[in-house]
Amino acid sequence: MKRLSGLQTYAILYLVFLYVPVLLLPLFSFNDGTIVAFPIKGWTLEWYRQLAGEATLLNSLVNSLIVGSVAALLSTSMGLFAARAFVRYQFTGKRFSEGIVMLPLVVPGIIVASSMLVLFISVGLRPSLTAVILGHTLLALPFSVSILKSAFDDFDISLEEAAFDLGSGVWETFRRVTLPIVVPGIVSSILVTFTVSFDEFVLAFFLSGNDPTLPVYIWSQIRFPAKLPNTLALGSLLLLASVLLLVVAELFRRRSSNKLV
Amino acid sequence: MNLRSETAKGTALSAPATLYVGLLVAAPLIILIAYSLWTQTYVDLDRTPTLANYREALTDPLVRHLMIRSILISAAVTVVTVALAYPIAYFIALKAKKKTLWLLLITIPFWSSYLLRVFAWKLILGFNGVMNSALLALGLIDEPLTFLLYNEFAVVLTLAHAWAPFAILPIFVSIQKIDPSLLEAATDLGSNKLESFLRVTLPLTTQGIIAACLIIFIPTVGDYVTPSLVGGSDGKMIANLIQVQFGAANNWPLGATLSLLAMLSVGFVAIVFVIGASTLGRRIR
Repeated sequence: MKRLSGLQTYAILYLVFLYVPVLLLPLFSFNDGTIVAFPIKGWTLEWYRQLAGEATLLNSLVNSLIVGSVAALLSTSMGLFAARAFVRYQFTGKRFSEGIVMLPLVVPGIIVASSMLVLFISVGLRPSLTAVILGHTLLALPFSVSILKSAFDDFDISLEEAAFDLGSGVWETFRRVTLPIVVPGIVSSILVTFTVSFDEFVLAFFLSGNDPTLPVYIWSQIRFPAKLPNTLALGSLLLLASVLLLVVAELFRRRSSNKLV
Repeated sequence: MNLRSETAKGTALSAPATLYVGLLVAAPLIILIAYSLWTQTYVDLDRTPTLANYREALTDPLVRHLMIRSILISAAVTVVTVALAYPIAYFIALKAKKKTLWLLLITIPFWSSYLLRVFAWKLILGFNGVMNSALLALGLIDEPLTFLLYNEFAVVLTLAHAWAPFAILPIFVSIQKIDPSLLEAATDLGSNKLESFLRVTLPLTTQGIIAACLIIFIPTVGDYVTPSLVGGSDGKMIANLIQVQFGAANNWPLGATLSLLAMLSVGFVAIVFVIGASTLGRRIR
């Protein structure tokens, strides 16, 4: 084997640092013991089996699915229009509104969470799944806009012009030319924004009230050492779901931009 | 297409997203400011405007201590993360053969739940945890190490791990943008590798480094999950105190005040940093 350069060795060590913590959860979720420590006592699927009987868990899973789906649809539809505007048109205030849309990425989570709680209470919206949906839509928007911007970026305007010249109306052109080309971008945006919502904790912790989402449920379980193996099993399933969703999203995104990276 | 209809169309199409974010960021801020001027009297809100919360927050040594600690921890996280990330970004941008694969490998772990990644570190660093049990089993230590978990070190390590790609990507982009002929020119003019790195590559990537620093520094100051799970009492940060005000202490006006003060401090440090770093970047060049 070829000798590795210093930089290559460093890069590989860095990858180990990135992956080891994440892979520990699935590893110990199969461990036949309640303490997370080496050596592994034996292998079991018991912890996974026990998950199926947890009613509150299943309830919070349903909550997360609802919140994630609605937030994904809301943020992707707003993102679709905005991305189209940012890529296609030159207009005054464009840079300003592009900046505004990216804001949720840089405001500390605790500040978004506390200020939204205060806002919602002031307008009479109690902590609820609706409140979480509104919050997650906000957090997911920057992701949706960036993905869809890159989908529109590679879109050749002359295709639309050709459709207009051939007699198609605005709506027909959008439906038969624009939409099919950006569909992979839309799918990618829906999957990514769903995952952003599905994994989000702090905002849901502040806003979910008596209807916990999955991460809020996990948070409540982390405190009980006896529940640890179940939490690990649940966490591993969540990791798997997130990674699968995002790999599929990435494949779609690549198809939409027809290029690598 | 004339300019006016472009402006009209662009503004109309981007309006829902811009208004949504604008409203949900601006409106809460205004209400937060209002709350910070009110006071909590047991179960009721006293809506007489007063600066009492600010006075309380600014004179309370605990608040000052937590605020300073949060900023220092985040600054440490920023430095560590960016320093560790720079060589990786450099490697991927200039040396790696399969760039796409490397970028994918770097980002995959971060497509998983933040809460769970932080939780994983708690399991690794704990007294009976993965690290200690592994070291004991290997015979490298005789008794578990206690300095791993529940302190600032654990918080910095966990956050440096959690925010890694946010440092790598902006730096990668800025290195990628460098015109290779500049590096060739430096070599032709007799610079060695180190010189051309220090005088060409590094100054030209200042913007990427600044972006990476801000992307990490600003959100980590307000991080709640990491200090709660791995910080112990020595690693608590300002977000923990804010959460207590909105939760158990039920003093929303004070919580609002702390949120605003945290935001102001972060903004102030960030602005000073950007000005300082840009000036430094220009001087090297």
